Amino acid sequence: MSSEFRNTVRANLAKPEVRANFYRAMDGLMTRRLDQFPDKVELERLRTQSMAIRANALSKLPELLETLEANLTRNGIQVHWAETAEQGNQIVQAILERHNAKSIIKGKSMVSEEMGMNHFLEALGIECLESDLGEFIIQLDGETPSHIIMPAIHKNRVQIAKLFHEKFPDIPYTEDVDELTQMARRILRDKFYAAPVGLSGVNFMVAETGTLCLVENEGNGRMSTTAPSVHIAVTGIEKVVESLSDVPPLLSILTRSATGQPITTYFNMISSPRKPGEKDGPEAVHLVLLDNGRSNIYSDPELLATLRCIRCGACINHCPVYVRIGGHSYGTVYPGPIGSILEPQKAGLDVHGELAQASTLCGACSEVCPVRIPIPSILNRLRYDGVRKDTANTNTVGSGKRRTLSEAATWKTWAWAATHPTIYHAGSTLATRFKGMLPTNLGAWTTVRSAPKLAESTLHQQAKHLGVDHE
Amino acid sequence: MPPTPDTIYFFGTCLVDLMYPQAGVSAMQLLQRAGVKVIFPPAQTCCGQPAWNSGYRDEARSVARAQIALFPKPIPIVIPSGSCAGMMKVHYPELFAGQPDEAQAVDVASRVYELTEFLVDVLHIELQDLGEPLTVAVHTSCSARREMGVADKIESLLGQLSNVQRVEHARKPECCGFGGTFAVKEPEISAAMVLDKVTHIRNTGVDRLISQECGCLMNIGGAMAKQGDAIPHQHIAEFLWERTGGNAA
Ligand code: SF4
Repeated sequence: MSSEFRNTVRANLAKPEVRANFYRAMDGLMTRRLDQFPDKVELERLRTQSMAIRANALSKLPELLETLEANLTRNGIQVHWAETAEQGNQIVQAILERHNAKSIIKGKSMVSEEMGMNHFLEALGIECLESDLGEFIIQLDGETPSHIIMPAIHKNRVQIAKLFHEKFPDIPYTEDVDELTQMARRILRDKFYAAPVGLSGVNFMVAETGTLCLVENEGNGRMSTTAPSVHIAVTGIEKVVESLSDVPPLLSILTRSATGQPITTYFNMISSPRKPGEKDGPEAVHLVLLDNGRSNIYSDPELLATLRCIRCGACINHCPVYVRIGGHSYGTVYPGPIGSILEPQKAGLDVHGELAQASTLCGACSEVCPVRIPIPSILNRLRYDGVRKDTANTNTVGSGKRRTLSEAATWKTWAWAATHPTIYHAGSTLATRFKGMLPTNLGAWTTVRSAPKLAESTLHQQAKHLGVDHE
Repeated sequence: MPPTPDTIYFFGTCLVDLMYPQAGVSAMQLLQRAGVKVIFPPAQTCCGQPAWNSGYRDEARSVARAQIALFPKPIPIVIPSGSCAGMMKVHYPELFAGQPDEAQAVDVASRVYELTEFLVDVLHIELQDLGEPLTVAVHTSCSARREMGVADKIESLLGQLSNVQRVEHARKPECCGFGGTFAVKEPEISAAMVLDKVTHIRNTGVDRLISQECGCLMNIGGAMAKQGDAIPHQHIAEFLWERTGGNAA
């Protein structure tokens, strides 16, 4: 069976340098996270608390969004609702036109990636400059992020040095990380002041106070949201929390789960545009709230847990599949375990349903998820939705579209045999007796493994001589 | 401490039945030697997990229903596999939610034990090592580790064997890439995973690989065999039985 996903995977598995980059980076991230949680009991307590905070927010999502809008508006932040990515882009376009802006400088925002904003705006002749170092690097190389927290994690220092030298031939070649960072800083600094509009994502929105919280390490987020005279924040509707006291636990578990930092260098709380007498800050702040399939996910009690995600990336860092195939193999904005549950739900099982298969269900993701999203259960549910017949009973986009006659027939036959013990045992006895005649080439399995060896006789046969009670 | 049960049901699993019957035999012998009467319902086939994990819930349910009927007495059900135990303990209640036989499914789930869990937590088994000095690497399956949360039991059993030295390997908690139908549906990724696992285990230079999961053993063992020069691998039950003089008795 071949698919676009399989082809990309095959190609990426064959790139030893990229694989080594991921292996090294993820190993480091796993260790750093572990070091942050020396006390297992405390970690589990914090996970339970964080899960509860997010679950509580989602349980009253519509009313919290109303409160949020009212409080943001009262604070002078203009709120816009976008049902689709297209609408989101049009809202941003309209704001830019109103301010006559021909360029924007961007802080990191996965939702803007989800909207395909850079392409959309560049097609209108508007320059979009990524200011997060990782995003800056991949933008130079014309790539998309391969990780939600560390977009350029697939590249190593030497590859980045070469890229900089190729794009900025006037600047002397260096492999020194600090120098490379300084170089990017110098290039970006002027742009912050020149750009009329800055764009950012949002980590948490506080309904009670109408505050936008932004977590970052490089200071570029603060620059993008304060230096230009207009700030546009884009985020998904699920990122709301009820009250200010919900933020500290979430922030603490977010940074520790993501990069193994006890706290990030910057934590911005944006609660209004510049007020009279204030020396800096944008004159206008806009928030674009994107749905893009989220309310559909919200309508299913089992799938709803997907929206608890705080985008820490821990599941990605711990995924044995991701570490081998890398983020670009997924062919989606969000890669790894969170991508494998989110993207098929957003785009439909017919489009990205295969991602739900690309997991051994090993559970490494849910073991670390700070908000306890049961990722393997959701993967299992999506597999079911993909092949189920009673599609009227589910809202999942593309339900039933992955059902094939041959696979359905195989499972039917299997179920028939496994519910008729006489048949089942006759079959297994026959198989073990004539095992010499079984094929030794089992396609995919035997490319790296020898064929499984059937025993001389089955356990059922041997058990007869054990004196076990055959009731 | 609840009284030690004197009778249990044994569920052999389809992989043990066909590929590693010795693991099942040894497990039952260990239980019998500890004074437990073993009932092996002969009509058992498969727990239904392959279909459940593939999304074929109706088929999984009909197979699971046939198994549930085999365990009517209120006694423990012992399974020499973390993954099949996980299926019955964790997923039967989900699979039967809202079904007329939900109560039976939940009852069966509540009585399920993975073998090493039963040996350690319920039987408090005491082992005497009669074997020659040996080094082993342990691979606990993801289901035993995360779904059942019993990964430490196999370690504590091996820890009782005075002549057996456990050697840790890099990325021990990582999945071996089997994942049932995953190995077939995404063979390239599965291959990359198992080959890394083999390398890490080989680097330990141990004499033997021990696990409580025949699926993982088949995967890792198969990959080693393909490369030639395989480290012998064994299910924990068979290993314990052998080390404690079972075969000589
Ligand atoms: S699913 Fe959980 S672990 Fe993964 S990014 Fe979201 S919050 Fe983090």
